Amino acid sequence: MAKTHITMQVNGAEVEGLVEPRTLLVHFIRENLQMTGTHIGCETTHCGACTVDIDGMSVKSCTMFAVQANGSDITTIEGMANPDGSLSALQEGFRMMHGLQCGFCTPGMIMRAQRLLKENPSPTEQEIRMGISGNICRCTGYQNIVKAIQYAAAKINGVEFREAAE
Amino acid sequence: MIPGSFSYHRPTTLVDAVKLLWTLGDEARPLAGGHSLVPMMKLRLATPEHLVDLHGIADLKGIRRDGSKVLIGAMTTQHDLLASDEVARSIPILHEAALLIADPQVRYRGTVGGNVANGDPGNDMPALMMTLGATYRLEGPDGGREVAAADYYQGAYFTAIEPGELLASISIPVPPAGHGFAYEKLKRKVGDYATAAAAVVLTMSGGKVATCTIGLTNLSETPLLADAAAKEVIGTGLDAATLKKAAAAAEAIMAPAADARGPIEYRKHVGGIMVTRALQRAAANAA
Amino acid sequence: MNDMTPTREQRTAALEGMGCKRKRVEDIRFTQGKGNYVDDVKLPGMLHGDFVRSPHPHARVKSIDDSEALKVPGVLAVITAETLKTVNLAWMPTLAGDVQMVLADGKVLFQNQEVAFVVATDRYAADDGINKVKVEYEPLPPLVDPFKSMDPNAPVLREDLAGKTSGAHGPRKHHNHIFEWTVGDKELTDAAFNKAEVTIKEMISYHRTHPSPLETCQCVCSFDKIKGELTIWGTFQAPHVIRTVVALIAKLPEQKIHVIAPDIGGGFGNKVGAYPGYICAAVASIVTGKPVKWVEDRIENLTATSFARDYHMTTEIAATKEGKVTGLRVHVLADHGAFDACADPSKWPAGFFNIVTGSYDFPTAHLAVDGVYTNKAPGGVAYRCSFRVTEAAYCIERAMDILAQKLGMDPAELRLKNFIKPEQFPYHSALGWEYDSGDYGTAMRKAMETVKYAELRKEQEQMRAAFKRGETREIMGIGVSFFTEIVGAGPSKNCDILGIAMFDSCEIRMHPTGAGIARMGTKSQGQGHETTWAQIIATEIGIPADNIMVEEGNTDTAPYGLGTYGSRSTPVAGAAIAMAARKIRAKAQMIAAYKLEVHEDDLEWDIDGFRVKGLPGKFMSMKDICWAAYNSVPPGMEPGLEAVSYYDPPNMTYPFGAYICVMTIDVDTGVYKVRRFYALDDCGTRINPMIIEGQVHGGLTEAFAIAMGQEIRYDAEGNVVTGSFMDFFMPTAVETPHWETDFTVTPSPHHPIGAKGVGESPNVGGVPAFSNAVNDAFSFLGSTHIQMPHDFWRNWAAAKSLGVFASA
Repeated sequence: MAKTHITMQVNGAEVEGLVEPRTLLVHFIRENLQMTGTHIGCETTHCGACTVDIDGMSVKSCTMFAVQANGSDITTIEGMANPDGSLSALQEGFRMMHGLQCGFCTPGMIMRAQRLLKENPSPTEQEIRMGISGNICRCTGYQNIVKAIQYAAAKINGVEFREAAE
Repeated sequence: MIPGSFSYHRPTTLVDAVKLLWTLGDEARPLAGGHSLVPMMKLRLATPEHLVDLHGIADLKGIRRDGSKVLIGAMTTQHDLLASDEVARSIPILHEAALLIADPQVRYRGTVGGNVANGDPGNDMPALMMTLGATYRLEGPDGGREVAAADYYQGAYFTAIEPGELLASISIPVPPAGHGFAYEKLKRKVGDYATAAAAVVLTMSGGKVATCTIGLTNLSETPLLADAAAKEVIGTGLDAATLKKAAAAAEAIMAPAADARGPIEYRKHVGGIMVTRALQRAAANAA
Repeated sequence: MNDMTPTREQRTAALEGMGCKRKRVEDIRFTQGKGNYVDDVKLPGMLHGDFVRSPHPHARVKSIDDSEALKVPGVLAVITAETLKTVNLAWMPTLAGDVQMVLADGKVLFQNQEVAFVVATDRYAADDGINKVKVEYEPLPPLVDPFKSMDPNAPVLREDLAGKTSGAHGPRKHHNHIFEWTVGDKELTDAAFNKAEVTIKEMISYHRTHPSPLETCQCVCSFDKIKGELTIWGTFQAPHVIRTVVALIAKLPEQKIHVIAPDIGGGFGNKVGAYPGYICAAVASIVTGKPVKWVEDRIENLTATSFARDYHMTTEIAATKEGKVTGLRVHVLADHGAFDACADPSKWPAGFFNIVTGSYDFPTAHLAVDGVYTNKAPGGVAYRCSFRVTEAAYCIERAMDILAQKLGMDPAELRLKNFIKPEQFPYHSALGWEYDSGDYGTAMRKAMETVKYAELRKEQEQMRAAFKRGETREIMGIGVSFFTEIVGAGPSKNCDILGIAMFDSCEIRMHPTGAGIARMGTKSQGQGHETTWAQIIATEIGIPADNIMVEEGNTDTAPYGLGTYGSRSTPVAGAAIAMAARKIRAKAQMIAAYKLEVHEDDLEWDIDGFRVKGLPGKFMSMKDICWAAYNSVPPGMEPGLEAVSYYDPPNMTYPFGAYICVMTIDVDTGVYKVRRFYALDDCGTRINPMIIEGQVHGGLTEAFAIAMGQEIRYDAEGNVVTGSFMDFFMPTAVETPHWETDFTVTPSPHHPIGAKGVGESPNVGGVPAFSNAVNDAFSFLGSTHIQMPHDFWRNWAAAKSLGVFASA
C-alpha cells in the first residue's frame, strides 16, 4: 500500500513521516516518532492508556489513523513537563498523592486530566471522576488519582490544597 | 488487532464525498468519528478498501437554529453538542443524553451523524431522534432527500440509506417551551451500551399529560417509538396504575437480545422501569 | 552542641526509613512517559510475531496451510507445532506438573488456543499474515461444565494422557481428572458432624475471572548465534524462574540466558506463568537470527493467558447451638481448563487452599480438592492473592455468614465468638498451618466501632420493615469479612517451584561516598519496590533512602530470587534486605571500632552511625564508615562494604483484616450502591503507609470488580463471551466506591522487621465483604446463598426468585 507523507506538531516540534493509511496514530507516535510514553492497553477504545491531546481534544490515539492527524497539533506525555524540565503541577500531583503505581495508565491519565482542568479549572470530585471515566487504572482504585488532580487544580489556581478528609 | 489495508480519501466538499462513495461503491465506507468502524477494522470484521474521511468537510459541522428547528451537521461531535448553548436551551434532552454516551475522549471524536446513521441498536441518539421527530437529510448521487428518523431504521445495521448516500444533517423540531424531558439509561458502567434506556418528551397541562412521545434504546433490533405506552399516559396525571399500564405497553413491543447485560426478561423488565422513571422525571421537570 | 546540630528526630526523618510516607522514586520517570516497558524495547532488525488462534473450543486440526500467508509482503515464517517438534518444543512443562501445547498439536482444546505463529517484519505484516493462514478444523463436542467433566461419557480432552492413571499429584479417577488432594482428619471431622447440634451445607462458587493488568503479556527475544546467547526482555514477575525454565526446556546453558524484566505495567499474577508467546518468540529468534517481539492484545490476554479462580466449593460447618464451630468439611471441584497450568508452588495442587479454616478455631477439618479438565483456557493464577487463598477466604467467610443466619446470630458476633485468641498464637490449624501472630478481636471490634455497626444494624431493621410495608424498593446489606491471609512463600521445607526452593535474596553494595545499590530477586509491577526497599536499608544502616538505588529484574546482576507474587516480596525479600543490611552494619561496626579506637562491644547503634557508649561526642557516621571501608579498614580485614543474603523464611506470615461493606440494592433493577467500605488491615510492621494505603485501594477495587461482575464466561458451546473490556467488567472512576482504610499492627514474630505483606489482602478480604453485603441484603427475604458475580441482572434475578415481584 502506498505511503502518505504527513506532518504535524508534536510537543511543539514539527515532525513528519511516511505512513500507510492504516497506520494507527498510536503506532506512529510510538514507532515512527519513538515516543513511547503513550501506551496501548485495550485496543478497543475503552482503557484510555493511549490518550493524547490533539487540537485541544483528548483523543484515544489507538482509534485514529495517523493520516487523520496530518496538520494537527499534538501533545503527548513527553510534552507535559514544565519548560525548565521540572514536573508540571499534574505530574507533581500524581507523585505527591500517590496517584500511580505501575505507571502504565499514568500518561493517558495525565493527558486526560490536563484537558479536563483546562475546560474546568476547579472540578468537583464527581466531575473529576466523570472526566477521567474514559481511562482505566488497574492499580490505584482512582481515589488517589482524584486527589492528584485536585492537588494540581489547587496549585494551578494558586490556592492551598487541602487533602480531603478520610 | 491491526486494520487491513485501505486507500484513504479526504474530500473537502459534500459533493465530492458523495461522488467518491458512489464511484467506489461497496468497497468504500465513510469515516466519521471512527469509534464504531475502527475497532471493527482492527478485528478485521470490517475490511473496506477505501475510507472516505468526512473530517475535511466544513459544511458537515455545526449546530444552528433555523426558525422552529435546530439543524445539526452530521459531523458535529457529542462534545460539540454538550458545548452548545442552543442545544442546552432548546433541546435539553440531547444534552442530557450526550453525557451518557461513552466517555469524554470518545465524545470529542464521536459524531452525532455516526451515532444515528449506521443503525447500531446500541446507540443512544437514534431513539432520541425518533422521539424528537427529527428528519435526516441524505445526500446522494441523484441529489438529496429527507427521511424521518422514524422511517430510517429497518433492522440491526440496516437502514433506509442507499448505496452512495451520505447523512448530511439532522433537523430537529424544537419542542415547545416548558416541555418535560428525560433520558433514563441503565448501563453496567461508563462506556457500555444501554441495558435498557427510555427517552420521554412530554408537555403537561393542568397537571395532566397533554402530549407525550416515548423512545426506546437497545430493546430491539432498531430503536422504537412506544406509541401505545405514550397513549396510555396522555390525559392522565401519571398515577401508579397508569404508569404500570404504560410500562406494560412499552414492554409489549420490546424484543431485546439476551447478552451479558442480562436475559431477555430482565432487559424488558428494566426497559419498563426506565419508561416509568423517564415519565415521572419528565413530568416533574415540565413547566 | 550548636543550633545547626540536627536533632535525633531530624536525623531519623532525613533517612526516610521505615514508617515514612516516602514519595516514590519511580514516579519521576513514570509521570514523564519515561518508563521502559517491554513494548518500548526496540532493537535493530527486530521482527514481530503474532498468533493464529482457534475459533473452536474443541476440534481436531486437520491441516494448516501457510502458503498464502508466506506470500504476504513482510511475512518471513510461519511456525507450527511441526516446526517446534524439530526442537522438541511443541509441548512445554507447566508449573503444576502437567504439560501444555505451545502450538496446537493435532487438536485444539480451548477457544483462542495458539495454533500457528506468524513472524513478519512488523506487527502490521504479521497481522496480515495470520489472516491468510488457512486452518482446517473438525469440531469436536466441547466440555464446558466442570460438573460434567467426570461423567462416564464425557469427551476425552487430553488424548496425550491416554492410559495414564496417575499424574503429578497422584492417581487420576477419570480421563478428565487431574488430581485429588486431601488434607485433614476425615474420621475426626465426620465424627464432629455426626454429633453436631447445628450444621450448614452450601455449594459456594467462585467464578472464573482474570487479573488483566493494563499492560498485557509481552516479550522480546534476541538470540545471538555467534555467542550462543539468548536475551529475553519480558513481562516477568519472576525473571530468574523464567531463566531456569528456559534453560531446562530449551537445553541452553543457563549462563547464556539473560532475562530482563524492565518496567512492568501491572501483574496481579498474570505474569508469573510461562506462555506459548515466549517460547515461540524465542524459537523464531533462533530460526531467523533476528530479535522477535511478541505483544499480546487485550482479547488474547483475557482469553488465553492465565485465568483465575473457577473453584466450586461445597462447604459444611458443624457447630453447637451456641455458635461454637466444631468442624469444617469442604470439597472443591476445581476447573483448570485444558491444561493444569496453575501457578502454585509445585507440591501444592490447590495452592494454600487449606487456609480455609480462616480466622477461626476449628478443632477439626477435612478438605478434598478434585481438579478437572474442561475446554477452557489454562491458567489458575493467583489474581492478587497468595495461591488460592482468596477462594479459601471467600469460602469460609461466606459459610460463616450462612451459619450465623441459621443460628439467628449476628455474623460479627459469630466471628468474635470463634476467633483464634491472641494467647493461642503460634496457632496450629486443623489443616496444618502454624499461624504466626494475630489479635483478631481487637481488629474486629475497632472496625465495628468505627462504622458504628450496631447503628447500621438498627437502620437495616428499619429499612427492612419499610420494605415489607411497601414504602421502599431498596434493601440494605452489611457485609462483614474477617480474613487471615497466608503469604510469604515460603519456607523451602514447604514450597518450591519445579524443585527450586522459594527463598529470596538481596545484595547490597555500599559505595565510598555513603551511597549504595541494592539488587533484588524480586520484581515490582507497581508495588514501588525501588522506594520501599531503600527505606528498609535506610533504617537498618542509617543511610538516607535517597542514596540507595534499588535494581531489580536483570538476572545477570540480581541475586537469584523467586520473584514477586503471592504477597511474598516483603515477607521474604524484605527479610533478605534486612539481613543483608545487618551484615553491612556488623562489618561497619568493626570498622567504626577500629577508627574510634574502642572495642566493638563499646559501640552502640544510633540512627545513622555508631556511638561510643557513655561518650556522646565519640560518633562515627555510616557515611564516614563507608569511606573508611574503602581506604582504612582494620588490618587483616578485606576492604569494601557489601553483603548478600539469601533468606529462607522459617514460616509464612499471616496478615489479617476486618472489612465492612454497606450496600443498598434497588430490587427493581438490581442496581447496587456501595454506601461505605471500611478496610482495616494488619500487615505487621508498616514500611511505607502511603504505599500500603495505595495497595489497599487497588486491591479493594479489584475485589469490587470481581464480586460485582468481573467474569470470564463461556457459553454452552465453549465460546468466551467476555473477551474485551466492553463485557469484562473493568470499573472506571465513576463506578468505583470510595475507600476508607485503617490498621492495627501485630508484628510477625519471626520476620526480621516484623512485616507481613499486604498487597493481596484487600482482594482476599474484599470479595467476601462485597458478596456478604449482597447476601445479607437479601437474607431477610429467605435466601441463604446467592452466587457471585452480583451484577445488576443477577441481583434482580435473586429478588425475583425470592418473590419480590409476586404481589407487584
